[in-house]
Amino acid sequence: MSKLKVATVWLDGCSGCHMSFLDMDERLLELAEKIDIVYSPIVDRKDYPDEVDLALVEGAVASVDDEAKIKKIRAHTKFLIAMGDCAITGNVPSMRNPIGPQAILDRAYIENATLQQQIPTVLVPKLLTVVRPIHEFVKVDLHLPGCPPSANTFYTVLTALLAGETPDISALTRFGA
Amino acid sequence: MNLEELQQIAASVHADNEQFDFEVNVCQGTGCLSQHSDQIMAQLIKVVAEKGAKVHVRKTGCMGLCAAGPLVLVEPENQLLQHVGVQHAESVITHLGKEPEKELQCNLREHFDQQVHVVLENSGRIDPERIDEYIARDGYEGLVKALTEMRPVDVVQQITESGLRGRGGGGYPTGLKWGMVAKAVSETKYVICNGDEGDPGAFMDRSVLESDPQRVIEGMAIAAYAVGASKGYVYVRAEYPLAVSRLTASLREARRRGFLGNNICGTPFNFDIEIRLGAGAFVCGEETALIASIEGQRGTPRVRPPYPAASGLWGKPTLINNVETFANVPPILRKGGAWFAAIGKGKSKGTKVFALTGKIKNTGLVEVPMGMKLRDIVEGIGGGVPDGRTFKAVQTGGPSGGCIPAELLDIEVSYESLVQAGSMMGSGGMIVMDDTSCMVNVAKFFMEFCMTESCGKCIPCRAGTVQMHELLSKICEGRASMDDLDLLIDLCGTVKEASLCGLGQTAPNPVLSTLRYFKQEYMDHIQNKRCSAGVCTMTHEGVTA
Amino acid sequence: MSAATDIKTLVINGQDVSARPDQTILDVARENGINIPTLCHLDGLTDVGACRLCLIEVKGQNKLFPACVTRVEEGMEVTTESERLAKHRRTILELLFAERNHICAVCVANGNCELQSLSQELGLTHVRLPYRNPELNVDASHERFTCDHNRCILCTRCVRVCAEIEGAHVWDVMGRGADCKVITDLETPWGDKNSSCTKCGKCVQVCPTGALYEKGKVGIEKPKHPEFLPYLNLMREAQ
Repeated sequence: MSKLKVATVWLDGCSGCHMSFLDMDERLLELAEKIDIVYSPIVDRKDYPDEVDLALVEGAVASVDDEAKIKKIRAHTKFLIAMGDCAITGNVPSMRNPIGPQAILDRAYIENATLQQQIPTVLVPKLLTVVRPIHEFVKVDLHLPGCPPSANTFYTVLTALLAGETPDISALTRFGA
Repeated sequence: MNLEELQQIAASVHADNEQFDFEVNVCQGTGCLSQHSDQIMAQLIKVVAEKGAKVHVRKTGCMGLCAAGPLVLVEPENQLLQHVGVQHAESVITHLGKEPEKELQCNLREHFDQQVHVVLENSGRIDPERIDEYIARDGYEGLVKALTEMRPVDVVQQITESGLRGRGGGGYPTGLKWGMVAKAVSETKYVICNGDEGDPGAFMDRSVLESDPQRVIEGMAIAAYAVGASKGYVYVRAEYPLAVSRLTASLREARRRGFLGNNICGTPFNFDIEIRLGAGAFVCGEETALIASIEGQRGTPRVRPPYPAASGLWGKPTLINNVETFANVPPILRKGGAWFAAIGKGKSKGTKVFALTGKIKNTGLVEVPMGMKLRDIVEGIGGGVPDGRTFKAVQTGGPSGGCIPAELLDIEVSYESLVQAGSMMGSGGMIVMDDTSCMVNVAKFFMEFCMTESCGKCIPCRAGTVQMHELLSKICEGRASMDDLDLLIDLCGTVKEASLCGLGQTAPNPVLSTLRYFKQEYMDHIQNKRCSAGVCTMTHEGVTA
Repeated sequence: MSAATDIKTLVINGQDVSARPDQTILDVARENGINIPTLCHLDGLTDVGACRLCLIEVKGQNKLFPACVTRVEEGMEVTTESERLAKHRRTILELLFAERNHICAVCVANGNCELQSLSQELGLTHVRLPYRNPELNVDASHERFTCDHNRCILCTRCVRVCAEIEGAHVWDVMGRGADCKVITDLETPWGDKNSSCTKCGKCVQVCPTGALYEKGKVGIEKPKHPEFLPYLNLMREAQ
């Protein structure tokens, strides 16, 4: 049986979900017999593959770049998992929503900058007015809340999915877990 | 006060009127006043004085046909004059007894002939601030009759027999409600008149309070006698200053004539009424919120039961009825419940006052027998849609009601049939819409109303209306997907079933009824990014599924 | 027949139960180990029936009833779990999460929040509605406590505990609809020198979320303890 092609994606998040994913430790070896990580921040591959069986997406959609990425990912993925609170609720990145992106840019690049006070415009993607969860842009097949979801959660969910079962998410994790 | 004394007062009023050759009634309701009918009246008085004519110029309340205002009614010819201006005063007086100027003549037979006036029988015919004129038109006969000839239980019996139902919207049988309060055991009971009319496009209660306030006072006094209350409150919106001032003057008059106060009509019955002003919250029209507001608390509804009939104002049994309901009571007592029950159809007895507004020729107040076809009201009495446009829908029941499409115009107006059609009787607002109205936009308008008027107590209404409004805006702007429509329908279900009070439970109605009859317009906005009525402006952004 | 002997029998989720006539469906259900989700209800405070989570079905009635304020009736057949109820309860939670800024991960009540645990209990894994992201303030003027309106769900427990138990009535609600917010005194800062706050902290203990909290503490370190209320009421009644 060919291995399941799995991608992990990092949008606007802290990479904590990826850390937690790696916290599966030795269980990763067991999983590696059944899955191939075809795209990930920890895999040296620049472009999203054409056909992915399962994608775990960390982070909220905060910039035009994120928006383009998530749409592309959806188009080339069979089963999409929103991984962690940022992808599901906006979480910490969305804390700027009440005040808007300009206030954040000013604080970061003007008020607190000692040298070269200017807001970058080239080579950095434009911020969206509001940070939004990924399901507001594309269809999500499974929501895995938690900040981050624990390694156990990842393991249980992935093994269940590999066995063709539907995991009971609420028994495993919750917002902010 | 007894029946003979009432007749004496009436006789003296009639004798006063005999001195005049003509009576010229000038509408001083809010509608005509907004077009300076007070100046017209002053000018008429001046002209009469200059000419020394034997003409009585009388200030009256609303004559109904607001679209043709300012209105003047000449008696005894019963000739209605329309669009009267200050410059016409001279001509009005000189033409008395002759045919009036062509442009002033208002001969809308089809508008008036199909109406049956019970609640509005005195509107536009008496000076609302002169109690004697009310008495001269059989006013207070019902109260005197009740107090001197009937036991409270007989009064309740008459109301029950009449089949009168709450005119504020719900249509709860009035006799049943009175019976419940009458049976409640308590030394203190209250009677409340709900005059917090807040539906967009509704002005029936305002007009009754402005035109014939004594009728409401009499109705409340009869109710108080029937249920054993000695204190009453009229809760009126502060946005109705004219109604408040006329009511205040009328209460004073009623006390002076001994219809309020102690030992009314020489019986042991004591009753007085106080006015309480609403501060503009729509939700205070909901009975439990209204009671909280009178108590001086935040105007938010509470869970029923207990109903006010068992535990209302300050925890005491309380009868709470709408202005129009009370206004129906005096003639029922005077002429008997059977007389009233003979008007109307099925379980909806009597008449109903409607405020016709929107895209209709004869804007104004109409009173029709229950069971009349909606078409006869809109096309006959209302004169149909103006400017050669096509009728699209009529919205009844305010923000709690729904839109009734052209194919259902032949339904008979009754509590049941309107609910069946996905709308409701409501307090009587009727907003007519033509093909220039976008039904999604209409639903959005009412949702915005519900959203801003939500009291915020329960979550489904407070947050649900905000989300529904957002989704409707999205649809109107062409940014919505079919998922959004599903979400909207889903939210409608939760807000309808889970909200605490009537405001929330009925808030989805405008959406549900437009979805039922005009789903194509929703689809057009969502799939084709097109508003066929040309009302909505589409934003051509990328739409995400 | 006196109230004490007039015992009602009813059926909840197919289980026969008995109740005193003054008991609510919620009381009886919990007495019999049947859990009904609530947010605005708290043992020891008067019920307002505002959160609508405790809605239940009664056989023969199409309407839903809030269990916290609905009295038992003889022969009533109550259902506390159904597809319809679950859908409404989840939607209500979604409405609450979307209404203000509930960022669980950085909330002082994370791990001790009733809104958070209810979402888990009711299987809510994401919110379908767009977040409203309102701009709300945090009142940290009080020497011991903080009020964070971003986390407030307007359950009014603080208002009721302050008025009914402490007798101070410092808290109340102002505004309408989505603009509602809890205020201290006449919308003056909680820590104002003329504040009528007695600093008893009861409001903080009963707050189901991280809207009211003790300064310098986070939820994990210091869970809230609203259990004192029924006990306090019992002692007062005994006096």
